[in-house]
Amino acid sequence: MTLLSVKNLTVAFFGRSGTVNAIEDVSLELEPGEILGMVGESGAGKSMTGAAIIGLIEPPGRISAGEIRLEGERIDNLPPEAIRRIRGRRIGAIFQDPLTSLNPVLTVGEQLIETIRTHLKLPREAARARAIDWLRRVGIPAPEARIDTYPHQYSGGMRQRVVIALALCAEPRLVIADEPTTALDVSVQAQVIALLRQLARETGVAVILVTHDMGVIAETADRVAVMYAGRIVEVGPVAEVLRAPRHPYTSGLMASIPRIGPRPEVLPQIEGAMPRPHARPPGCAFAPRCPHRFVPCTDERPELTGTPVRSVACHLTTEVPA
Amino acid sequence: MLGFLVRRVIQSVFVMLAVALIAFLMFRFMGDPVNSMVAENASTEERAAVRERLGLDQPLWLQYGRFVARAAQGDFGLSWRNARPVSTLLAERFPATAELVLVAAVLSLVLGIPLGILTALRPRSFPAQSLQLISLIGISLPTFVTGILLILVFSVWLGWLPSFGRGDVVDIGWWSTGFFTLAGLKALILPSIMLCLFQLTLIMRLVRAEMLEVLRTDYIKFARARGLSNRSIHFRHALKNTLIPVITIFGLQLGGLIAFAIVTETVFQWPGMGALFIQAVSFGDVPVMAAYLVLVSLIFVIINTTVDLLYAVLDPRLRVDGARGAH
Ligand SMILES: Nc1ncnc2c1ncn2[C@@H]1O[C@H](COP(=O)(O)OP(=O)(O)O)[C@@H](O)[C@H]1O
Ligand SMILES: [Mg+2]
Repeated sequence: MTLLSVKNLTVAFFGRSGTVNAIEDVSLELEPGEILGMVGESGAGKSMTGAAIIGLIEPPGRISAGEIRLEGERIDNLPPEAIRRIRGRRIGAIFQDPLTSLNPVLTVGEQLIETIRTHLKLPREAARARAIDWLRRVGIPAPEARIDTYPHQYSGGMRQRVVIALALCAEPRLVIADEPTTALDVSVQAQVIALLRQLARETGVAVILVTHDMGVIAETADRVAVMYAGRIVEVGPVAEVLRAPRHPYTSGLMASIPRIGPRPEVLPQIEGAMPRPHARPPGCAFAPRCPHRFVPCTDERPELTGTPVRSVACHLTTEVPA
Repeated sequence: MLGFLVRRVIQSVFVMLAVALIAFLMFRFMGDPVNSMVAENASTEERAAVRERLGLDQPLWLQYGRFVARAAQGDFGLSWRNARPVSTLLAERFPATAELVLVAAVLSLVLGIPLGILTALRPRSFPAQSLQLISLIGISLPTFVTGILLILVFSVWLGWLPSFGRGDVVDIGWWSTGFFTLAGLKALILPSIMLCLFQLTLIMRLVRAEMLEVLRTDYIKFARARGLSNRSIHFRHALKNTLIPVITIFGLQLGGLIAFAIVTETVFQWPGMGALFIQAVSFGDVPVMAAYLVLVSLIFVIINTTVDLLYAVLDPRLRVDGARGAH
């Protein structure tokens, strides 16, 4: 069965200056064990999509349209207590900054054990054994001793490993990793990604991996979703999308690999900047920057067309330019 | 930890020496004590004799040294007002102030922390909003005004509680306590409310601000993403981080409570050290003033050191630890 299915999801923020849609009409599907890469410029809506899936959108934002199903069951309209039970247990999350993701006044063990015992009815000792086991699995040396130490006693890379252990320790079926290595030292980024990939293979957990790094996507993901201005503009198997991108924005992104070191927020290959949510043009949001723009692009928004496996939202693929 | 403790003790000794110097200089600037100890028409020789007997002819630093040595043993000489040992006077008055400050401090914590949490977690609720308003009034009203209002309402109009004194006290050794009689407890209520009000509102607002701050942090967001219960997130993950800065402010304010007790003791004719100090000021009773200054400073220093130690216990990042993580 499809693990996760998001249909026409829109998240709106109701502010003083009117309503803006942080993400619009987002649809995606994920099979068990699949790794879906998610790319797009800063502000494209990647984090917001993840937050919607784990039910952590903060007011004044809320899901204003669409639905989210986990293993067939709707989870976007659950009462807070029910969605809380899903978080951690069935959907895990890993955030960007390992330095601030751990509570400084609780030991690593206390945080792991509490998370395990919240979701799995285990006695303390069994939970502790499991916590030590998880620390070992994420590559913490001497976990029996390190379990009783505090986060500040770990390096950045080690802390992100602890964060991964925390996200996976209740054995969720899906984990959303939102730029898990952006805040890390370049030298440890590859190790953390490799760890994530290895754990995904071992546990069979599906992953939504948000990253700016097309290289990481190429090596790690099965499929990739490209987001632009709150919408998914292209989805497809990684090899296909990399070899033959069909959206001009994706092509622009592709031109940026392979690269090493920090990635610039604005893509050098594409002139201009992504429009803010309140200033999106009526047609295709990418049209003002698109080198292949033609008649319908500025007036008419292209729909995402194709199959859940491979689809694209671009007039070029449906109409031939005159 | 031991090094830290030693460093703090050395610092404290210097602070106390400086305070002792100020207390010592007070004697110098309050006129020549010989004048008040000899007859009006005493001869120069008689004066010199007294001066020599008191050691006032010796160099200043030697006199200061002697003052410090005696003060360290609790000897501040005799009160100029009633010729009783200053240490005895202070010992008689100390329990009254200590109990008042203790009750006020406990009240401010026991009420301030839960109210702060409430206003942080339910900011839009009616109780939270009215508390914010009341606390604003509490923080801006001068304490003697609230004291007088309390007396007006609860003593004059309602006649429920006494408006002055400690009620009945029980002596346990040299300590006289008002905790074991009904009259003693009733007498404590109004003064301790007046004394704690400012501190209470301060703690409430501080807890609220810190809590809101902590609730926005990434580790709280991550705790939510792991499905931890709200109870645990609020009272385990957030509260512990909230209380660390609150402890510091509370410790510093505890010293402030002792100082503010002077006003409360005056309004309620509370027989504590503060009232004694006010008397001493109006009579120019320098030994009592000097001793009060030294004693209160000592209490300040002890509290501050304790707070620093407590801080280290609560915040693991400040603990000295051998093993640091490697990559
Ligand atoms: N609290 C908020 N109020 C209004 N808009 C918001 C808020 N938070 C995020 N947004 C908008 O949502 C959009 C998507 O943001 P985000 O998901 O964080 O982007 P990404 O993770 O792709 O960089 C952005 O355009 C941002 O301006
Ligand atoms: Mg983001």
